[in-house]
Amino acid sequence: MEPKIQTGPVSPDVQMKAVTKKKFKYKSLLTYAAFVGPALLFFLVIQILPFLMGVYYSFTSWNGVSSVVEWVGFENYKKIFTDDKTFFNSFMFTTKFMFAAVIISNLIGFGFALLLNAALKTRNILRTVFFIPNVIGGLLLGFIWQFIFVKGFASIGNMTDIGFFKMPWLGDETTAFWGIVIVFAWQISGYMMVIYVAALQGVDNSLLEAARIDGASNWTLLTKIIIPLILPAFTICFFLTISMAFKIFDLNISLTGGGPFNSTQSVAINIYQEAFQNNRYGLGTAKSILFFVVVAVFTTIQVMVTKKKEVQA
Amino acid sequence: MGNRYTKRTFVLEIFGIVIGLIFLIPFYFVLINSVKPFAAILIDAAAWPKEFVFSNYAKVWEIINFPRAFWNSLVITVFSNIGLVIISSMAAWKMVRTPGKFSKILFVIFVSAMVIPFQTVMIPLMKVGGTLGLTNSIPGLIIMYFGFGVPLSLFLYHGFVKTVPIEIEESAMIDGCSQFGVFWRIVFPLLKPITVTVIILNTLWIWNDYLLPLLVLQDAELRTIPLAASSFFAQYTKQWDMGLAALVLGITPIIIFFLFLQKHIIKGIASGSIK
Repeated sequence: MEPKIQTGPVSPDVQMKAVTKKKFKYKSLLTYAAFVGPALLFFLVIQILPFLMGVYYSFTSWNGVSSVVEWVGFENYKKIFTDDKTFFNSFMFTTKFMFAAVIISNLIGFGFALLLNAALKTRNILRTVFFIPNVIGGLLLGFIWQFIFVKGFASIGNMTDIGFFKMPWLGDETTAFWGIVIVFAWQISGYMMVIYVAALQGVDNSLLEAARIDGASNWTLLTKIIIPLILPAFTICFFLTISMAFKIFDLNISLTGGGPFNSTQSVAINIYQEAFQNNRYGLGTAKSILFFVVVAVFTTIQVMVTKKKEVQA
Repeated sequence: MGNRYTKRTFVLEIFGIVIGLIFLIPFYFVLINSVKPFAAILIDAAAWPKEFVFSNYAKVWEIINFPRAFWNSLVITVFSNIGLVIISSMAAWKMVRTPGKFSKILFVIFVSAMVIPFQTVMIPLMKVGGTLGLTNSIPGLIIMYFGFGVPLSLFLYHGFVKTVPIEIEESAMIDGCSQFGVFWRIVFPLLKPITVTVIILNTLWIWNDYLLPLLVLQDAELRTIPLAASSFFAQYTKQWDMGLAALVLGITPIIIFFLFLQKHIIKGIASGSIK
Protein backbone atom coordinates (compact mmCIF):
# COMPACT_ATOMS: atom_id res chain seq x y z
CA MET A 1 0.00 0.00 0.00
CA GLU A 2 1.21 3.38 -0.82
CA PRO A 3 1.62 5.73 2.06
CA LYS A 4 -0.44 8.80 1.78
CA ILE A 5 1.79 11.69 0.95
CA GLN A 6 0.29 15.04 1.28
CA THR A 7 1.28 17.29 -1.55
CA GLY A 8 -1.52 19.77 -1.70
CA PRO A 9 -2.46 22.37 0.84
CA VAL A 10 -2.58 21.29 4.46
CA SER A 11 -5.88 19.80 5.42
CA PRO A 12 -8.25 22.36 6.85
CA ASP A 13 -8.26 20.54 10.14
CA VAL A 14 -4.51 20.82 10.70
CA GLN A 15 -4.45 24.36 9.40
CA MET A 16 -7.07 25.38 11.91
CA LYS A 17 -5.08 23.87 14.72
CA ALA A 18 -1.98 25.82 13.74
CA VAL A 19 -3.89 29.06 13.58
CA THR A 20 -5.50 28.59 16.96
CA LYS A 21 -2.17 27.66 18.43
CA LYS A 22 -0.59 30.81 17.04
CA LYS A 23 -3.55 32.85 18.14
CA PHE A 24 -3.36 31.29 21.57
CA LYS A 25 0.31 32.07 21.90
CA TYR A 26 -0.27 35.64 20.81
CA LYS A 27 -3.11 35.96 23.26
CA SER A 28 -1.13 34.56 26.17
CA LEU A 29 1.71 36.91 25.36
CA LEU A 30 -0.78 39.74 25.49
CA THR A 31 -2.14 38.71 28.88
CA TYR A 32 1.41 38.28 30.16
CA ALA A 33 2.13 41.84 29.09
CA ALA A 34 -1.10 43.07 30.64
CA PHE A 35 -0.24 41.54 34.00
CA VAL A 36 3.49 42.13 34.16
CA GLY A 37 3.70 45.22 31.96
CA PRO A 38 2.62 47.95 34.39
CA ALA A 39 5.02 46.87 37.13
CA LEU A 40 7.83 46.48 34.62
CA LEU A 41 7.15 49.84 32.99
CA PHE A 42 7.24 51.85 36.23
CA PHE A 43 10.28 49.92 37.39
CA LEU A 44 12.19 50.50 34.14
CA VAL A 45 11.38 54.21 33.89
CA ILE A 46 11.89 55.09 37.55
CA GLN A 47 14.80 52.85 38.49
CA ILE A 48 16.61 51.17 35.63
CA LEU A 49 16.67 54.05 33.15
CA PRO A 50 18.02 56.53 35.74
CA PHE A 51 20.54 53.91 36.87
CA LEU A 52 21.88 53.49 33.32
CA MET A 53 21.89 57.25 32.78
CA GLY A 54 23.82 57.55 36.02
CA VAL A 55 26.49 55.22 34.72
CA TYR A 56 26.77 57.46 31.65
CA TYR A 57 26.81 60.76 33.58
CA SER A 58 29.53 59.46 35.86
CA PHE A 59 31.86 59.75 32.86
CA THR A 60 30.91 63.36 32.18
CA SER A 61 31.47 66.75 33.77
CA TRP A 62 27.75 67.60 33.64
CA ASN A 63 26.63 70.26 36.12
CA GLY A 64 22.97 69.26 36.14
CA VAL A 65 21.68 72.32 34.32
CA SER A 66 23.76 72.89 31.20
CA SER A 67 22.61 71.33 27.94
CA VAL A 68 26.21 70.49 27.10
CA VAL A 69 27.30 67.20 28.58
CA GLU A 70 31.03 66.76 28.17
CA TRP A 71 32.57 63.30 28.20
CA VAL A 72 35.59 63.17 30.51
CA GLY A 73 36.27 59.45 30.70
CA PHE A 74 37.54 58.25 34.06
CA GLU A 75 38.38 61.78 35.22
CA ASN A 76 35.70 61.80 37.96
CA TYR A 77 36.74 58.42 39.31
CA LYS A 78 40.38 59.47 39.28
CA LYS A 79 39.49 62.61 41.18
CA ILE A 80 37.55 60.65 43.80
CA PHE A 81 40.43 58.29 44.45
CA THR A 82 43.27 60.80 44.40
CA ASP A 83 41.89 64.16 45.39
CA ASP A 84 38.74 64.01 47.52
CA LYS A 85 39.46 63.85 51.19
CA THR A 86 35.92 64.62 52.31
CA PHE A 87 34.56 61.70 50.32
CA PHE A 88 37.21 59.40 51.71
CA ASN A 89 36.42 60.60 55.22
CA SER A 90 32.70 60.14 54.75
CA PHE A 91 33.39 56.63 53.51
CA MET A 92 35.47 55.86 56.57
CA PHE A 93 32.77 57.28 58.82
CA THR A 94 30.05 55.26 57.09
CA THR A 95 32.02 52.03 57.23
CA LYS A 96 32.92 52.44 60.91
CA PHE A 97 29.36 53.42 61.67
CA MET A 98 28.05 50.39 59.79
CA PHE A 99 30.15 47.95 61.83
CA ALA A 100 29.28 49.54 65.18
CA ALA A 101 25.60 49.96 64.34
CA VAL A 102 25.13 46.45 62.96
CA ILE A 103 26.78 44.75 65.93
CA ILE A 104 25.03 46.80 68.59
CA SER A 105 21.54 46.81 67.11
CA ASN A 106 21.64 43.06 66.48
CA LEU A 107 22.93 42.32 69.98
CA ILE A 108 20.16 44.40 71.51
CA GLY A 109 17.53 43.07 69.12
CA PHE A 110 18.51 39.47 69.81
CA GLY A 111 18.64 40.17 73.54
CA PHE A 112 15.11 41.60 73.44
CA ALA A 113 13.96 38.56 71.50
CA LEU A 114 15.40 36.16 74.08
CA LEU A 115 13.82 38.20 76.86
CA LEU A 116 10.41 38.19 75.20
CA ASN A 117 10.68 34.50 74.46
CA ALA A 118 10.32 33.89 78.20
CA ALA A 119 6.74 33.62 79.45
CA LEU A 120 6.49 37.24 80.59
CA LYS A 121 3.05 38.64 81.37
CA THR A 122 4.00 41.98 79.84
CA ARG A 123 5.35 40.33 76.70
CA ASN A 124 2.97 41.98 74.26
CA ILE A 125 3.28 45.43 75.79
CA LEU A 126 7.06 45.24 75.79
CA ARG A 127 7.07 44.07 72.19
CA THR A 128 5.03 47.14 71.25
CA VAL A 129 7.27 49.44 73.28
CA PHE A 130 10.47 48.15 71.71
CA PHE A 131 9.00 48.40 68.25
CA ILE A 132 7.57 51.94 68.44
CA PRO A 133 10.70 53.85 67.36
CA ASN A 134 10.53 52.01 64.04
CA VAL A 135 7.33 53.61 62.93
CA ILE A 136 8.78 57.10 63.26
CA GLY A 137 10.83 58.28 60.34
CA GLY A 138 14.56 58.81 60.70
CA LEU A 139 14.24 62.54 60.16
CA LEU A 140 11.88 63.17 63.08
CA LEU A 141 13.79 60.72 65.26
CA GLY A 142 16.94 62.71 64.63
CA PHE A 143 15.29 65.92 65.77
CA ILE A 144 13.87 64.20 68.85
CA TRP A 145 17.29 62.90 69.83
CA GLN A 146 18.99 66.17 69.11
CA PHE A 147 16.85 67.57 71.90
CA ILE A 148 17.58 64.61 74.18
CA PHE A 149 21.33 64.91 73.67
CA VAL A 150 21.48 68.66 74.03
CA LYS A 151 18.88 69.37 76.72
CA GLY A 152 17.67 66.07 78.15
CA PHE A 153 21.08 64.55 78.85
CA ALA A 154 22.27 67.79 80.40
CA SER A 155 19.32 67.82 82.80
CA ILE A 156 19.84 64.19 83.76
CA GLY A 157 23.53 64.95 84.20
CA ASN A 158 22.80 67.79 86.59
CA MET A 159 20.40 65.63 88.55
CA THR A 160 22.51 62.50 88.84
CA ASP A 161 26.04 63.84 88.38
CA ILE A 162 26.85 60.94 86.05
CA GLY A 163 29.64 61.85 83.64
CA PHE A 164 28.06 60.00 80.74
CA PHE A 165 25.23 62.53 80.54
CA LYS A 166 27.47 65.54 80.93
CA MET A 167 29.51 64.93 77.79
CA PRO A 168 29.18 67.35 74.87
CA TRP A 169 27.17 64.76 72.99
CA LEU A 170 26.84 66.27 69.56
CA GLY A 171 29.72 68.71 69.81
CA ASP A 172 32.60 66.28 69.74
CA GLU A 173 33.68 63.92 66.95
CA THR A 174 33.77 60.75 69.04
CA THR A 175 30.60 61.34 71.02
CA ALA A 176 28.70 62.49 67.93
CA PHE A 177 29.68 59.21 66.25
CA TRP A 178 28.39 57.18 69.18
CA GLY A 179 25.37 59.43 69.42
CA ILE A 180 24.28 58.40 65.95
CA VAL A 181 24.99 54.76 66.75
CA ILE A 182 22.79 55.01 69.87
CA VAL A 183 19.89 56.54 67.97
CA PHE A 184 20.20 54.05 65.12
CA ALA A 185 20.23 51.14 67.57
CA TRP A 186 17.27 52.61 69.44
CA GLN A 187 15.35 52.77 66.20
CA ILE A 188 16.32 49.48 64.57
CA SER A 189 16.72 46.95 67.38
CA GLY A 190 12.95 46.57 67.81
CA TYR A 191 12.67 45.61 64.16
CA MET A 192 15.42 43.05 64.53
CA MET A 193 13.71 41.77 67.67
CA VAL A 194 10.55 41.01 65.69
CA ILE A 195 12.49 38.91 63.18
CA TYR A 196 14.44 37.08 65.89
CA VAL A 197 11.26 36.41 67.89
CA ALA A 198 9.62 34.86 64.84
CA ALA A 199 12.67 32.66 64.34
CA LEU A 200 12.85 31.64 68.01
CA GLN A 201 9.22 30.59 67.92
CA GLY A 202 10.12 28.16 65.16
CA VAL A 203 12.64 26.34 67.36
CA ASP A 204 11.34 22.95 68.42
CA ASN A 205 10.87 22.89 72.17
CA SER A 206 11.35 19.16 72.51
CA LEU A 207 14.85 19.55 71.13
CA LEU A 208 15.70 22.00 73.90
CA GLU A 209 14.15 19.82 76.55
CA ALA A 210 16.11 16.80 75.39
CA ALA A 211 19.32 18.78 75.56
CA ARG A 212 18.44 20.06 79.01
CA ILE A 213 17.82 16.53 80.27
CA ASP A 214 21.26 15.67 78.94
CA GLY A 215 22.58 18.38 81.24
CA ALA A 216 23.18 21.23 78.82
CA SER A 217 23.43 24.67 80.41
CA ASN A 218 21.46 27.65 79.15
CA TRP A 219 24.57 29.00 77.50
CA THR A 220 25.20 25.72 75.67
CA LEU A 221 21.57 25.62 74.61
CA LEU A 222 21.90 29.11 73.20
CA THR A 223 25.21 28.74 71.40
CA LYS A 224 25.03 25.11 70.33
CA ILE A 225 21.35 24.70 69.48
CA ILE A 226 19.32 27.88 69.28
CA ILE A 227 21.73 30.12 67.36
CA PRO A 228 22.67 27.46 64.76
CA LEU A 229 18.98 26.73 64.22
CA ILE A 230 18.01 30.32 63.59
CA LEU A 231 20.98 31.33 61.44
CA PRO A 232 18.65 32.31 58.58
CA ALA A 233 17.28 35.06 60.81
CA PHE A 234 20.80 36.33 61.35
CA THR A 235 21.36 36.40 57.60
CA ILE A 236 18.27 38.55 57.12
CA CYS A 237 18.95 40.84 60.06
CA PHE A 238 22.54 41.44 59.05
CA PHE A 239 21.53 42.09 55.48
CA LEU A 240 18.90 44.59 56.57
CA THR A 241 21.05 46.42 59.10
CA ILE A 242 24.08 46.58 56.82
CA SER A 243 22.13 48.14 53.99
CA MET A 244 20.22 50.47 56.32
CA ALA A 245 23.39 51.63 58.07
CA PHE A 246 25.25 52.11 54.80
CA LYS A 247 22.50 54.26 53.35
CA ILE A 248 21.96 56.39 56.45
CA PHE A 249 20.75 59.84 55.47
CA ASP A 250 17.62 61.25 57.20
CA LEU A 251 18.72 60.47 60.73
CA ASN A 252 22.17 61.83 60.04
CA ILE A 253 20.82 65.03 58.45
CA SER A 254 18.57 65.93 61.36
CA LEU A 255 20.76 64.72 64.20
CA THR A 256 24.17 66.18 63.42
CA GLY A 257 23.84 67.47 59.86
CA GLY A 258 27.19 65.77 59.24
CA GLY A 259 28.98 67.84 61.88
CA PRO A 260 31.01 68.66 63.86
CA PHE A 261 33.44 69.58 61.06
CA ASN A 262 31.99 66.99 58.65
CA SER A 263 33.19 64.22 60.98
CA THR A 264 29.80 62.44 60.86
CA GLN A 265 29.03 63.03 57.22
CA SER A 266 27.70 59.83 55.68
CA VAL A 267 28.37 58.89 52.06
CA ALA A 268 24.72 59.53 51.25
CA ILE A 269 24.97 63.11 52.52
CA ASN A 270 28.26 63.64 50.71
CA ILE A 271 26.73 62.54 47.39
CA TYR A 272 23.64 64.67 47.97
CA GLN A 273 25.72 67.76 48.63
CA GLU A 274 28.04 67.16 45.70
CA ALA A 275 25.15 66.92 43.30
CA PHE A 276 22.60 69.38 44.57
CA GLN A 277 24.63 71.95 46.48
CA ASN A 278 27.92 72.00 44.56
CA ASN A 279 26.10 71.30 41.28
CA ARG A 280 28.62 68.70 40.22
CA TYR A 281 26.28 66.03 38.88
CA GLY A 282 28.99 64.19 37.02
CA LEU A 283 31.16 63.82 40.09
CA GLY A 284 28.13 63.10 42.27
CA THR A 285 26.94 60.26 40.06
CA ALA A 286 30.45 58.81 39.87
CA LYS A 287 30.49 58.73 43.66
CA SER A 288 27.05 57.17 43.72
CA ILE A 289 28.12 54.43 41.30
CA LEU A 290 31.06 53.60 43.54
CA PHE A 291 28.68 53.65 46.49
CA PHE A 292 26.42 51.18 44.69
CA VAL A 293 29.33 48.85 43.99
CA VAL A 294 30.46 48.91 47.63
CA VAL A 295 26.95 48.30 48.98
CA ALA A 296 26.38 45.49 46.50
CA VAL A 297 29.72 43.83 47.24
CA PHE A 298 29.31 44.13 51.01
CA THR A 299 25.78 42.77 51.15
CA THR A 300 26.57 39.96 48.71
CA ILE A 301 29.62 38.86 50.68
CA GLN A 302 27.66 38.99 53.91
CA VAL A 303 24.78 36.93 52.55
CA MET A 304 27.20 34.42 51.03
CA VAL A 305 29.15 34.03 54.26
CA THR A 306 26.14 33.63 56.53
CA LYS A 307 24.34 31.39 54.02
CA LYS A 308 27.33 29.08 53.96
CA LYS A 309 27.16 28.80 57.73
CA GLU A 310 23.47 27.97 57.47
CA VAL A 311 24.15 24.99 55.23
CA GLN A 312 26.76 23.61 57.59
CA ALA A 313 24.37 23.91 60.50
CA MET B 1 12.07 29.17 77.52
CA GLY B 2 10.03 27.31 80.09
CA ASN B 3 6.30 27.78 80.17
CA ARG B 4 5.86 27.97 83.93
CA TYR B 5 6.07 31.32 85.70
CA THR B 6 9.05 30.91 88.00
CA LYS B 7 11.09 33.24 90.15
CA ARG B 8 13.47 33.59 87.26
CA THR B 9 10.65 34.68 85.00
CA PHE B 10 9.63 37.28 87.55
CA VAL B 11 13.16 38.72 87.65
CA LEU B 12 13.21 38.80 83.86
CA GLU B 13 9.85 40.52 83.89
CA ILE B 14 11.08 43.31 86.17
CA PHE B 15 14.22 43.63 84.08
CA GLY B 16 12.12 43.88 80.91
CA ILE B 17 9.87 46.55 82.35
CA VAL B 18 12.83 48.65 83.45
CA ILE B 19 14.42 48.41 80.00
CA GLY B 20 11.06 49.26 78.43
CA LEU B 21 10.75 52.40 80.55
CA ILE B 22 14.28 53.49 79.68
CA PHE B 23 13.38 52.90 76.06
CA LEU B 24 10.47 55.31 76.34
CA ILE B 25 12.35 58.16 78.04
CA PRO B 26 12.85 60.12 74.79
CA PHE B 27 9.06 60.30 74.40
CA TYR B 28 8.72 61.56 77.96
CA PHE B 29 11.15 64.37 77.25
CA VAL B 30 9.48 65.38 74.03
CA LEU B 31 5.96 65.31 75.44
CA ILE B 32 6.51 67.22 78.67
CA ASN B 33 8.68 69.87 77.08
CA SER B 34 6.27 70.45 74.23
CA VAL B 35 3.83 71.95 76.73
CA LYS B 36 6.35 74.13 78.59
CA PRO B 37 7.18 77.76 77.90
CA PHE B 38 10.61 78.25 76.35
CA ALA B 39 12.25 79.53 79.55
CA ALA B 40 11.13 76.49 81.53
CA ILE B 41 12.77 74.15 79.00
CA LEU B 42 16.06 75.98 79.40
CA ILE B 43 15.98 75.76 83.18
CA ASP B 44 15.31 72.03 83.47
CA ALA B 45 14.27 69.78 80.62
CA ALA B 46 13.64 66.78 82.87
CA ALA B 47 11.23 68.42 85.32
CA TRP B 48 7.47 67.92 85.20
CA PRO B 49 5.86 71.11 83.77
CA LYS B 50 4.69 73.65 86.33
CA GLU B 51 2.12 74.98 83.90
CA PHE B 52 0.85 73.43 80.71
CA VAL B 53 1.12 75.73 77.69
CA PHE B 54 -0.76 74.54 74.64
CA SER B 55 -0.16 77.66 72.60
CA ASN B 56 2.99 75.99 71.20
CA TYR B 57 0.74 73.55 69.40
CA ALA B 58 -1.61 76.26 68.13
CA LYS B 59 1.28 78.27 66.67
CA VAL B 60 2.95 75.31 65.02
CA TRP B 61 -0.34 74.05 63.61
CA GLU B 62 -0.63 77.36 61.75
CA ILE B 63 3.00 77.80 60.73
CA ILE B 64 3.53 74.38 59.18
CA ASN B 65 -0.07 74.24 57.94
CA PHE B 66 -0.49 70.89 59.61
CA PRO B 67 -3.83 69.88 58.04
CA ARG B 68 -2.40 70.48 54.56
CA ALA B 69 0.80 68.50 55.25
CA PHE B 70 -1.20 65.69 56.83
CA TRP B 71 -3.54 65.55 53.84
CA ASN B 72 -0.64 65.48 51.37
CA SER B 73 1.08 62.66 53.27
CA LEU B 74 -2.18 60.75 53.44
CA VAL B 75 -2.98 61.08 49.72
CA ILE B 76 0.55 60.10 48.70
CA THR B 77 0.63 57.09 51.03
CA VAL B 78 -2.83 55.79 50.16
CA PHE B 79 -2.54 56.04 46.38
CA SER B 80 1.02 54.71 46.28
CA ASN B 81 -0.17 51.72 48.29
CA ILE B 82 -3.15 51.03 46.05
CA GLY B 83 -1.04 51.21 42.92
CA LEU B 84 1.75 49.07 44.33
CA VAL B 85 -0.63 46.37 45.52
CA ILE B 86 -2.33 46.18 42.11
CA ILE B 87 0.71 46.17 39.85
CA SER B 88 2.94 44.00 42.03
CA SER B 89 0.38 41.32 42.84
CA MET B 90 -0.65 40.99 39.19
CA ALA B 91 2.91 40.80 37.94
CA ALA B 92 4.03 38.38 40.64
CA TRP B 93 1.11 36.01 40.04
CA LYS B 94 1.60 35.94 36.28
CA MET B 95 5.35 35.44 36.64
CA VAL B 96 4.91 32.50 39.00
CA ARG B 97 2.21 30.92 36.83
CA THR B 98 4.25 31.31 33.64
CA PRO B 99 7.41 29.41 34.43
CA GLY B 100 10.27 29.80 32.02
CA LYS B 101 13.51 31.59 31.42
CA PHE B 102 11.95 34.97 30.76
CA SER B 103 10.03 35.09 34.04
CA LYS B 104 13.07 33.90 35.91
CA ILE B 105 15.40 36.54 34.48
CA LEU B 106 12.80 39.24 35.03
CA PHE B 107 12.45 38.22 38.66
CA VAL B 108 16.20 38.34 39.23
CA ILE B 109 16.38 41.85 37.72
CA PHE B 110 13.51 43.08 39.88
CA VAL B 111 15.00 41.68 43.04
CA SER B 112 18.61 42.69 42.50
CA ALA B 113 17.50 46.30 42.09
CA MET B 114 16.81 46.27 45.82
CA VAL B 115 20.53 46.70 46.39
CA ILE B 116 20.70 49.97 44.40
CA PRO B 117 21.03 52.82 46.89
CA PHE B 118 18.61 55.66 46.25
CA GLN B 119 21.52 58.08 45.91
CA THR B 120 22.67 56.22 42.83
CA VAL B 121 19.50 56.90 40.87
CA MET B 122 18.29 60.17 42.38
CA ILE B 123 20.31 62.51 40.20
CA PRO B 124 19.27 61.20 36.77
CA LEU B 125 15.79 60.48 38.14
CA MET B 126 15.27 64.21 38.57
CA LYS B 127 16.09 64.63 34.89
CA VAL B 128 13.76 61.83 33.81
CA GLY B 129 11.09 63.16 36.16
CA GLY B 130 11.49 66.67 34.75
CA THR B 131 11.16 65.43 31.18
CA LEU B 132 8.04 63.42 31.97
CA GLY B 133 6.49 66.21 34.03
CA LEU B 134 6.56 64.22 37.27
CA THR B 135 8.34 66.83 39.37
CA ASN B 136 6.62 69.23 41.71
CA SER B 137 3.40 67.23 41.59
CA ILE B 138 1.84 64.75 43.95
CA PRO B 139 0.70 62.33 41.21
CA GLY B 140 4.25 62.45 39.87
CA LEU B 141 5.65 61.53 43.27
CA ILE B 142 3.15 58.67 43.54
CA ILE B 143 4.29 57.31 40.18
CA MET B 144 7.88 57.39 41.44
CA TYR B 145 6.84 55.39 44.50
CA PHE B 146 5.34 52.82 42.12
CA GLY B 147 8.74 52.40 40.52
CA PHE B 148 10.71 52.24 43.77
CA GLY B 149 8.22 50.04 45.58
CA VAL B 150 7.83 47.34 42.94
CA PRO B 151 10.93 45.25 43.78
CA LEU B 152 10.09 44.56 47.43
CA SER B 153 6.32 44.27 46.91
CA LEU B 154 6.75 41.94 43.97
CA PHE B 155 9.30 39.89 45.87
CA LEU B 156 6.86 39.39 48.76
CA TYR B 157 3.95 38.49 46.48
CA HIS B 158 6.16 36.17 44.43
CA GLY B 159 7.11 34.17 47.49
CA PHE B 160 3.51 33.95 48.63
CA VAL B 161 1.91 32.99 45.30
CA LYS B 162 4.12 29.90 45.22
CA THR B 163 2.28 28.61 48.29
CA VAL B 164 -1.18 29.13 46.76
CA PRO B 165 -2.57 25.90 45.27
CA ILE B 166 -3.14 26.14 41.53
CA GLU B 167 -6.09 23.70 41.30
CA ILE B 168 -8.84 26.21 42.01
CA GLU B 169 -7.49 28.52 39.34
CA GLU B 170 -7.42 25.69 36.80
CA SER B 171 -10.95 24.61 37.46
CA ALA B 172 -12.16 28.19 37.24
CA MET B 173 -10.35 28.57 33.94
CA ILE B 174 -11.97 25.39 32.61
CA ASP B 175 -15.33 26.80 33.63
CA GLY B 176 -14.58 29.69 31.28
CA CYS B 177 -13.34 32.33 33.68
CA SER B 178 -10.98 34.85 32.06
CA GLN B 179 -7.47 35.43 33.39
CA PHE B 180 -8.48 38.71 34.94
CA GLY B 181 -11.51 37.08 36.48
CA VAL B 182 -9.42 34.30 37.94
CA PHE B 183 -6.95 36.75 39.35
CA TRP B 184 -9.30 39.27 40.88
CA ARG B 185 -12.06 36.91 42.02
CA ILE B 186 -10.03 33.94 43.20
CA VAL B 187 -6.33 34.65 43.59
CA PHE B 188 -6.31 38.18 44.96
CA PRO B 189 -8.55 37.39 47.95
CA LEU B 190 -6.25 34.47 48.77
CA LEU B 191 -3.28 36.85 48.82
CA LYS B 192 -4.75 38.91 51.64
CA PRO B 193 -2.15 38.04 54.33
CA ILE B 194 0.74 39.15 52.19
CA THR B 195 -1.20 42.18 50.92
CA VAL B 196 -1.46 43.33 54.53
CA THR B 197 2.30 42.93 54.92
CA VAL B 198 3.01 44.78 51.69
CA ILE B 199 0.74 47.67 52.70
CA ILE B 200 2.31 47.94 56.16
CA LEU B 201 5.89 47.94 54.92
CA ASN B 202 5.14 50.43 52.15
CA THR B 203 3.16 52.70 54.48
CA LEU B 204 5.97 52.94 57.02
CA TRP B 205 8.43 53.69 54.24
CA ILE B 206 6.38 56.17 52.20
CA TRP B 207 4.86 58.06 55.11
CA ASN B 208 8.28 58.66 56.65
CA ASP B 209 10.27 59.17 53.46
CA TYR B 210 12.13 62.43 53.35
CA LEU B 211 14.64 62.61 50.50
CA LEU B 212 12.42 61.78 47.52
CA PRO B 213 9.68 64.29 48.44
CA LEU B 214 12.40 66.84 49.19
CA LEU B 215 13.74 66.46 45.66
CA VAL B 216 10.40 66.19 43.89
CA LEU B 217 8.11 68.63 45.70
CA GLN B 218 9.17 72.27 45.68
CA ASP B 219 5.92 74.10 46.50
CA ALA B 220 5.21 74.64 50.18
CA GLU B 221 1.60 73.69 49.43
CA LEU B 222 2.65 70.16 48.46
CA ARG B 223 4.84 69.47 51.50
CA THR B 224 4.51 66.17 53.38
CA ILE B 225 4.81 65.91 57.16
CA PRO B 226 8.58 65.17 57.25
CA LEU B 227 9.23 68.06 54.86
CA ALA B 228 7.07 70.48 56.85
CA ALA B 229 8.78 69.47 60.10
CA SER B 230 12.27 69.85 58.69
CA SER B 231 11.58 73.22 57.09
CA PHE B 232 10.21 74.32 60.44
CA PHE B 233 13.46 73.37 62.12
CA ALA B 234 15.53 75.06 59.46
CA GLN B 235 13.59 78.28 60.05
CA TYR B 236 13.37 78.25 63.82
CA THR B 237 16.60 76.63 64.93
CA LYS B 238 16.67 75.98 68.65
CA GLN B 239 13.11 77.18 69.18
CA TRP B 240 12.57 74.03 71.19
CA ASP B 241 9.15 74.93 72.60
CA MET B 242 7.55 75.04 69.17
CA GLY B 243 9.94 72.53 67.67
CA LEU B 244 8.89 69.81 70.08
CA ALA B 245 5.22 70.55 69.49
CA ALA B 246 5.93 70.16 65.76
CA LEU B 247 7.62 66.82 66.43
CA VAL B 248 4.70 65.56 68.49
CA LEU B 249 2.28 66.58 65.74
CA GLY B 250 4.53 64.92 63.18
CA ILE B 251 4.81 61.54 64.88
CA THR B 252 1.27 61.25 66.28
CA PRO B 253 -0.53 60.06 63.10
CA ILE B 254 1.86 57.20 62.39
CA ILE B 255 1.99 56.15 66.06
CA ILE B 256 -1.82 56.00 66.16
CA PHE B 257 -1.74 53.95 62.96
CA PHE B 258 0.74 51.61 64.59
CA LEU B 259 -1.08 51.24 67.91
CA PHE B 260 -4.32 50.39 66.15
CA LEU B 261 -2.78 47.82 63.86
CA GLN B 262 0.20 46.75 65.95
CA LYS B 263 -0.70 43.07 65.95
CA HIS B 264 -0.88 42.97 62.16
CA ILE B 265 2.15 45.21 61.77
CA ILE B 266 4.44 43.10 63.91
CA LYS B 267 3.17 39.88 62.34
CA GLY B 268 3.45 41.40 58.89
CA ILE B 269 7.04 42.51 59.43
CA ALA B 270 8.01 39.10 60.74
CA SER B 271 6.50 37.22 57.81
CA GLY B 272 7.75 39.81 55.35
CA SER B 273 11.35 39.43 56.40
CA ILE B 274 11.39 35.69 56.67
CA LYS B 275 9.81 34.89 53.32
